[in-house]
Amino acid sequence: MTADRYEAVIGLEVHVELKTRTKAFCGCATSFGAEPNTHVCPVCLGMPGVLPVLNQEMVEYALKTALALNCQIAGYCKFDRKNYYYPDLPKNYQISQYDLPIAERGSLEIETEKGSRTIGITRVHMEEDAGKLVHQGNIMTTPYSLVDLNRAGTPLLEIVSEPDMRSPQEARMYVEKLRSILLFLGVSDCKMQEGSLRCDANISVRPRGQRALGTKAEIKNMNSFRSLERAVDYEIKRQIEILEKGGHIIQETRTWDEDQQVTMSMRSKEEAHDYRYFPEPDLTPLNIEQPWVERVRRSLPELPDQARERLVNEYHLSHYDASLLTTSKDVLDFFDECVNQYHEPKVVANWVMGELTRLLNQNNLEIKDSKITPRFLVDMLRLLEQGTINGKIAKVVFEEMFTTGESPDKIVKDRGLIQISDESAIQAIVRDVVALNPKVVEDYRNGKDKAFGFLVGQVMKASKGKANPEMVNRLLQEEL
Amino acid sequence: MALTIREVEHVALLARLNLTAKEKETYTEQLSSILEFFEMLNRLPTDGVEPLAHVLPLCNVMREDKATPSLPKDEAMANAPLSENGQFKVPKIV
Amino acid sequence: MKLYQQTVQKIGEMLARREVTAQEVLASIAERIGQVENKIQAFTTLTLKEAEGIAADLDSRGEVGDLTGIPCGIKDNMCTRGIRTTCASEMLENFVPPYDATVVNKLKSAGAVMVGKLNMDEFAMGSSTENSGFFPTHNPWDLTRVPGGSSGGAAAAVAAGEVFYALASDTGGSIRQPASFCGVVGMKPTYGMVSRFGLVAFASSLDQIGPVTRTVTDCALVMNAICGHDRQDSTSLQLEVPDFRSYLQTDIKGLKIGFPREYFQKGVDQEVKDTIKKVLLKYEELGAIVEETSLPHSEYALPAYYIIAPAEASSNLARFDGVRYGYRDTHAEDIIGMFSSTRARGFGPEVTRRIMLGTYALSSGYYDAYYLKALKVRRLIKEDFDQAFDKYDVLISPTATSVAFKIGEKSEDPLSMYMSDILTIPVNLAGIPSISIPGGFVDNLPVGLQLMGRPLSEGTLLKAAYAFEQATDYHLRTPVMEV
Repeated sequence: MTADRYEAVIGLEVHVELKTRTKAFCGCATSFGAEPNTHVCPVCLGMPGVLPVLNQEMVEYALKTALALNCQIAGYCKFDRKNYYYPDLPKNYQISQYDLPIAERGSLEIETEKGSRTIGITRVHMEEDAGKLVHQGNIMTTPYSLVDLNRAGTPLLEIVSEPDMRSPQEARMYVEKLRSILLFLGVSDCKMQEGSLRCDANISVRPRGQRALGTKAEIKNMNSFRSLERAVDYEIKRQIEILEKGGHIIQETRTWDEDQQVTMSMRSKEEAHDYRYFPEPDLTPLNIEQPWVERVRRSLPELPDQARERLVNEYHLSHYDASLLTTSKDVLDFFDECVNQYHEPKVVANWVMGELTRLLNQNNLEIKDSKITPRFLVDMLRLLEQGTINGKIAKVVFEEMFTTGESPDKIVKDRGLIQISDESAIQAIVRDVVALNPKVVEDYRNGKDKAFGFLVGQVMKASKGKANPEMVNRLLQEEL
Repeated sequence: MALTIREVEHVALLARLNLTAKEKETYTEQLSSILEFFEMLNRLPTDGVEPLAHVLPLCNVMREDKATPSLPKDEAMANAPLSENGQFKVPKIV
Repeated sequence: MKLYQQTVQKIGEMLARREVTAQEVLASIAERIGQVENKIQAFTTLTLKEAEGIAADLDSRGEVGDLTGIPCGIKDNMCTRGIRTTCASEMLENFVPPYDATVVNKLKSAGAVMVGKLNMDEFAMGSSTENSGFFPTHNPWDLTRVPGGSSGGAAAAVAAGEVFYALASDTGGSIRQPASFCGVVGMKPTYGMVSRFGLVAFASSLDQIGPVTRTVTDCALVMNAICGHDRQDSTSLQLEVPDFRSYLQTDIKGLKIGFPREYFQKGVDQEVKDTIKKVLLKYEELGAIVEETSLPHSEYALPAYYIIAPAEASSNLARFDGVRYGYRDTHAEDIIGMFSSTRARGFGPEVTRRIMLGTYALSSGYYDAYYLKALKVRRLIKEDFDQAFDKYDVLISPTATSVAFKIGEKSEDPLSMYMSDILTIPVNLAGIPSISIPGGFVDNLPVGLQLMGRPLSEGTLLKAAYAFEQATDYHLRTPVMEV
């Protein structure tokens, strides 16, 4: 197949908005969705005469992230000005880090079908975000634009990967893993849709076996994991097609068009950017000494990989289950809290990954917004364990808890959902069902095992699901 | 080192300065003679000399992550040449 | 003697003894401004009305302090809340900042009475104030001559008695050279001594704010008020500010003074050299040890400066694009057009020239040859000073290469204008403190004497300056103006 003759080489640049209280270089509160230009001051507005002052928390978050990504921390780093003109960039330069970033040479692991792969991280550096431009329609056709500078000056981390990924799936896995690490660290909300996690991809292809890299294109504007995967996939195919026809890849920036599901060249009037980097004279360099690094290292929370290992080793969960439970810190915390109160990790895991996740997704909610607390889930599991309710009823109770936020005990009591474990009562129902379904009974006696299931179902239905399933099975067997 | 008009045009574009043809000529001449004057720096060997970007030995100047009051919106927008809906209005980007 | 002719120190004493009120002092200043301002044109904006309110308020509250109730002027590149701050540029002709520069805040707390904003070369780029986007300022000693630049308005206003003192800024000599041309005292503190927050940046690693006064004592009083750490300026030094008045002594026996030979060579007018040579003799009379010395890399300071300063300026001035404040060319059809025509129209030729120069020096392929090279030269310049200060307490030279030149004389050739900064520029590159005081006269035109010291040696400079001042009467001479 054509595609097999080529190898894709993918690198990702991820920008992360840090959720510090204030901006990178001034005391304005960071915000999202606030009324335009209400979280601004002379500094982040780029007024004449203002000066930046570095937010210490931004550096702490950068160090945490760099350590979590196994990077080498620079003993000395500095800020530089990246000069270019754009209306959402108040000073028409961005304070960033150029040749001496805070961290380099790190890595993270992704779990592919073929096993673990290490993706290298070239560097992590600090910079400030620009404001927002709002257009009528799209950027190509709008007659004017409006500028909101609330976001200008928000602290950003830029994380650049080595071009180590080889497929759209790996690209997606990398960002998912990176995101979960960042969430565990608590340094960002990482919401792609809101823009607090942004991804650009550098993609090239080369004939398999060739060492030299092909010409790369930069892809922007992928606003979800799905878009990322699709965009990378499309671009790889686009490039292969061009090469197959004997053409050349143009080194350019392309944007992912979600509607048309294609990447498009971003025609630009200007020349390639000459950023004219030079050291930022208004900020002092940073001397990052070992005691500081060690203090940050000691303050690191448990990270996804460590948590996964813990779940596998201590709770004997499968690698797969452990991975699912550790993609989100909130989910892990919920799980851990449940297991703390009720020491059946596998059972808890099944409910969390199963019913709870299903309901959350259906209703577009985060686990922290769920009305079901660890306490409620645990109480319900105890009811189940004690036989007060059966499995099917448990699902009903679970959904009720999710919707109403009431405790399982209350729900079971109010709606009379206690399991029927009275033999004589069940026996009566069983006899009725057998009497009403002679054909099915005959089918069963003739060897059709499926007929048994049907009869069980009828008994359950008649008991409004409350009959004790084991008892039903036994009594029905006896009856037949 | 003489500059060409092309180079002056390139620099003017980088710096977002619209120059008239006459200005381009004048600046080309003036900048060329200034750059020629800079040639004297080549007479001074500087291999192994550390560049001095910051005269002060200061480092690690930082502030606490504590919020300070932002500008009231009317003050933030007061000097805006053109605005709409509390945002700065600019002509189309491309 | 009229009130406006007094010094800050004297007026302060009179106010403290309630011999005069702040309003009376202001009235004298207002009268003087009325007499001479139309000839000098030192101000871009007068705020006499606001000043009256402040003076009246101070009088009613009976406030007293070293600078309380004393009228001053602020160079128009320092932000003053609610008051137009133009940097003498059409780009900011109607810009009203919503905040005060830190130094302005400090003066307000000290009870200063600001009477106006002072004219300057546009965005502090120039040596004559002829580059002001509005009008040139005239030297009170000879109205056909420049007052120097870029703080020409400040120096002229102080010399003419329109204000008792002024705050100005110095990036390559912009306080000292006008002080020299106008026969007043101008000091550039050690880089980091005075907060730059609110000073519209020209070259961030070189800019400093400093006082312009008629006497060295007045200079010490203003320094007391403006120096000190500011959390809003990351390049501001954290240290105890001494009371600079404690350095005002006349005994300088044994003070080791070096005069670098490079500052007395070609490029400096003979009459200026002669005047300063007499200054050296005077210092010897006063008991100082005066010796020739050398700052071998001096000649490279000028090209290094004219790479570094425009480079930083090209970035600092990028924010002037018509989007959020300032002038905008509203006819432009798209954003690049708007940026380019707004900036071309809003900036004058010297500013445009320096932005171009700076952009070029930082651009791809040229960074190493120009900007990086200049930073290395800067280190060598600094090391020259460090070595000299191992042997000497103070270095001395003429401040300017000539006396005030005629308006229009140098404005045609940018390079010759740049040359007039050769004596003041090295100080900014090294970040060390320096003061210019009246050193003599040539044909009734002032000649400034420049003293330079190691970092944080303002006290020593003030002492050396005071001793000379008190042994001469130059500081008592004022320009005679027909009114």
